[in-house]
Order: sequence, then C-alpha cells, then structure tokens
Amino acid sequence: MRIGRATRIALYLYGVVVIALLYLPLLSVGFASVSKARYLTFPIKRYAFQWYGKALESHTVQDLLWTSLSIAGIVTVISMIVGFFGALAFARYQWRFRGVFQKLILLPIFFPQAVLGLALLMWFNSIGIIPDWKTAVVAHLVWISPIATLVIAIRAYSFDPALEEAARDMGASTWVVLKEVTGPLLMPGVVSAGLFSFLLSWGNFPLSLFTTGADSTLPEWLYAKMVSGYSPLVPTVGILSIATSMILLIVAFTIYWFVRSARERRARTI
Amino acid sequence: MERSDRKIGFLSAVPITVILMLSFTAPLLVVLLFSVMPPKVFTLANVPDFSSYGVLISQGYYRSLLWSLGTALAATVLLFLICWPLAFAMAKVFKGFTLFITVAVVITLFVSENIRLFGWVLTLMKGGLIEGHLRAWVGWSFEGALYNVPVIIFGLVYVYFPFMLFPLVQGISMVPDDARQAAADLGATRRQIFWEVDLPLSAPGIVIGSLLTFVLGAGALAESKLLGGQAVIVIADEIETAFTYGQNWPLGSALSIILIFIIGSLAVFGVSRVDLDKIMGRRR
Repeated sequence: MRIGRATRIALYLYGVVVIALLYLPLLSVGFASVSKARYLTFPIKRYAFQWYGKALESHTVQDLLWTSLSIAGIVTVISMIVGFFGALAFARYQWRFRGVFQKLILLPIFFPQAVLGLALLMWFNSIGIIPDWKTAVVAHLVWISPIATLVIAIRAYSFDPALEEAARDMGASTWVVLKEVTGPLLMPGVVSAGLFSFLLSWGNFPLSLFTTGADSTLPEWLYAKMVSGYSPLVPTVGILSIATSMILLIVAFTIYWFVRSARERRARTI
Repeated sequence: MERSDRKIGFLSAVPITVILMLSFTAPLLVVLLFSVMPPKVFTLANVPDFSSYGVLISQGYYRSLLWSLGTALAATVLLFLICWPLAFAMAKVFKGFTLFITVAVVITLFVSENIRLFGWVLTLMKGGLIEGHLRAWVGWSFEGALYNVPVIIFGLVYVYFPFMLFPLVQGISMVPDDARQAAADLGATRRQIFWEVDLPLSAPGIVIGSLLTFVLGAGALAESKLLGGQAVIVIADEIETAFTYGQNWPLGSALSIILIFIIGSLAVFGVSRVDLDKIMGRRR
C-alpha cells in the first residue's frame, strides 16, 4: 500500500486549507478590532487601536476579566486534584466498579452544556442557593473535571505498574508510593490537565450562561452584546480574551521547554 | 496486592464521583421532577400532572426537536466526510505535520465558541470580509450568506470539527499497517481495503467521533442564534425561552427531558460498545 506522490501533496494541501479555514473567522475578528469606524464594513479604510484603550479602561471589562479569572483559577485547582485521583481509578487500579465509573465520567462530556446549566440553576434554586460566580465554578467542574480526568488517565495508562509494585515490595506505604512514585510519574499529565482546565473554563460560555446569576463572565458578556447588536468593543474584548489564552499557552510551552532542556543537560553531565 | 488495589481504586474514585453526584445526577433528578409539575410553578411542592408533555405535542415543539436532530445529523455526516481524509493522513501519512495540525486545532478549542462564530458572522455578512472585499475589488455584490439553514449546519461543522477529527485519528491509528498491506497483497482494491479493513478496524473512533458531534450538535444553541438568526428555532433555543421569557420551568424541563432522553440513550449505547482501555492506549 504505497501512497503516491500526488496523493501525498494533495493531503498536505488539504491539511493547510482546513487549518486556514479554522483560523479565518479569527482573522475577521482581528481586523474588526482595529477598525476605526463605529459601524464595521470591510474592506477597512482606517485602522486605529482606540477600542483597546477604551476596553482596558472600562470598569465593566475589568470586572468581567476578574470574574472569569477567579472561576478559571478555582476550577483549575480543583480539577487537577480531583482528576489526579479520578485518573488512577479510571486507568490504573483494577476495582469492582471501574467499568461503570469510566462511563459515568464520560457522560457529562456527552451532555448539551446549556441544558446542564439550566438543570444546575433549578437544582441551586430548589436547595436555596442564589447563583453567583461561585455556582458557575460548580457548573464548570461538571464538564471540566471529567476532561481533566481523561487527560491524566492517558498518562496513567502509559506508565509501568511494576514501578509502584517495586516500591511497595521494598516496604513503602501506600502514601509514600503515591507521593514518591505515582505523583511524579503523573505530574506531566496533571500539569497539562490544569492548562486544559484553565483554558476551557476561561473560554466557556454555555455553562456560564445560566449559572452566574448577577455576575457575568467574559464570554457571556460577549454573547449578550453579539445577540443585541454590534458594538465595536465586541471584537476588541474577544481578541483580548484570545490573547490571554495564547499568552498563557506560550508561557506554559516556554516553561516546559526550559524544564526539558535542563533535565537533558543534567542527564548528559551524569 | 489485589486487595489493596481494589481499595485504593475505590477511594480514588470518591472525590470526582461525589462532585458528579452533587452537580450532575442531582440536578438531572430535579429536572425530571419539575417536568411532571403543573405549568408555571417554581417549586416542587405541587401535585404532578404531566401536562407539560401534552403541550409538547399540541404546540408543535417536536418541529424544533426535528430541526435540531436533522441539522446535527447533517453536520455529523459532513464532518465524517471532511475529517476522514485528513484523519487518515494524520495517522498514516504525515509525520511532523501531524503535530502541527494537532496543536493548531487544539488551540482553536481554547477560543470561546461564540467568538469564533461571531468571526464567521463578520466573514460572511453583507459588508463582511468576503462580500466587502469582493465588492471593492471585483465589483461583485451579494446578500451575505447568513440567516439560513445551511449556514447553521456549517456552524456546527466548524465548531465540532475537533470532536470528529481526533477520535477518527485515534481510530485509524488502531488499524495495523500489516493488515492493510496484506489485503493489498492479496489483490484487494483501494475501495475494498477501505470498506473491509479501514472502516471496521477504526470503528471505535468512528463511533466516538460521530456520537460526540451528533450529541453536542443536537444540544447546540449558539450556531442557530448567531449564524442562523432565528431562521429555524432549535430545541435548545425553545428550552432557553421556556425558562427565561416564558417563565415556565415545567415546560422547559419536559423539553430538556426529551432531549436528554434521546441524547442519553445514544451516548450510553455508544459508550457501552467501545472498549475505553483500548482506545486510550492501555499497555499490556
């Protein structure tokens, strides 16, 4: 089964076209954010960065940033902890209800998020909790902690259980094995799960829609503005939100690269 | 050893199970209970009368449901056709380029879906990126491409692209090269290899991918609101309206239960047929 040269080139081209199409709408948002006009039409005649200044000065936008940041931060920490143990139960240990557990973890991911948000709203209402940004943390966790679990589980699948067994045979207690062997081995998975959790929570809109009460997250505010008519702040705040994610990603990759090259250097000196 | 494995396994499952019980199972029970309450009540302390399910049929809500399921099905089929060649190439042909595509696609997942859809509005609207430039450069003008059913399906295809692509890649990479080679050596045509080797052996990936896109598409809201501009009302939109403007929680709950029932039975059916350990790459 050899794949011909022409097919190969066609496949590469196809890949490039698909990626270009994925990013095309972001290009439009980017251009819109630097258009000077209050009512946007392409082609853009005059460019200006005034809307960025206005967005950053606005107290509404600052509040939105802060709310989104608090939610994403708390969701990340809880998802990492819960996902670590969840992944062990998912992938590592053989226990009686593992099959059921695996399926239970997957169900929330297969669920329409807006409906999940509404269900949570009714649940909070019936137990007498008034929704605010803290209830949105719970809503995000329903969807994000299973994803964190899966991300760590992929890592847990690939490590050799013999390492844990060896430690236990040498007399290490369960706690010591967890701290000295399992924990460090799963750490890369936990870190990428944390990154995933933060970014998914930061950009999530359908889960926040009904569960933030009087507070509002960045994507929620953008949606409200988009539905009610065009505002020049929408593309600007959209780009600010994307930029935050991208900066975080770049920082994470830089740290990863530094840690890896430092480790390689150490390995070479030994 | 065996016994401690069981105990630790159970204990490590506790935290996430508690979270999901409190924030997934319990809310769904509340929705189920609300759906049998009389119309327009806001507490569960009422006598159930199941009237909301009657309204469902008499008021024609089934039409929105059919629109949701129809657009989701169309998007799933299209996505399979679009993603298959790319997924195949990522699993079997590309080398370093696979990593590039993976990273590029994952990054779009971290951008809020409504910002991406809004980008398509700016791209496709009259005076948008495409129409505006065509008019200015070649003098060709048209009425934008928004506010119809095809653009809703397009939006679904766009947003759920990664959810089809990655499971397919995973599924296709489970097809052993030897099996394809052997089939070719024995004189199978390309078409036969596709139907009798690739498709059956990558079935778990196909099932997961199709299920994810269909299920998420059927419950989607933003695509029809932002791109479709109410060209059709989808079921998630009806549910939202019942809860917000309609102030009719039991009706909204009954609509949700119908949607949840359809989606849930599909998801349970699909997930139960797939060996998760194998897909996610268990060693041994």
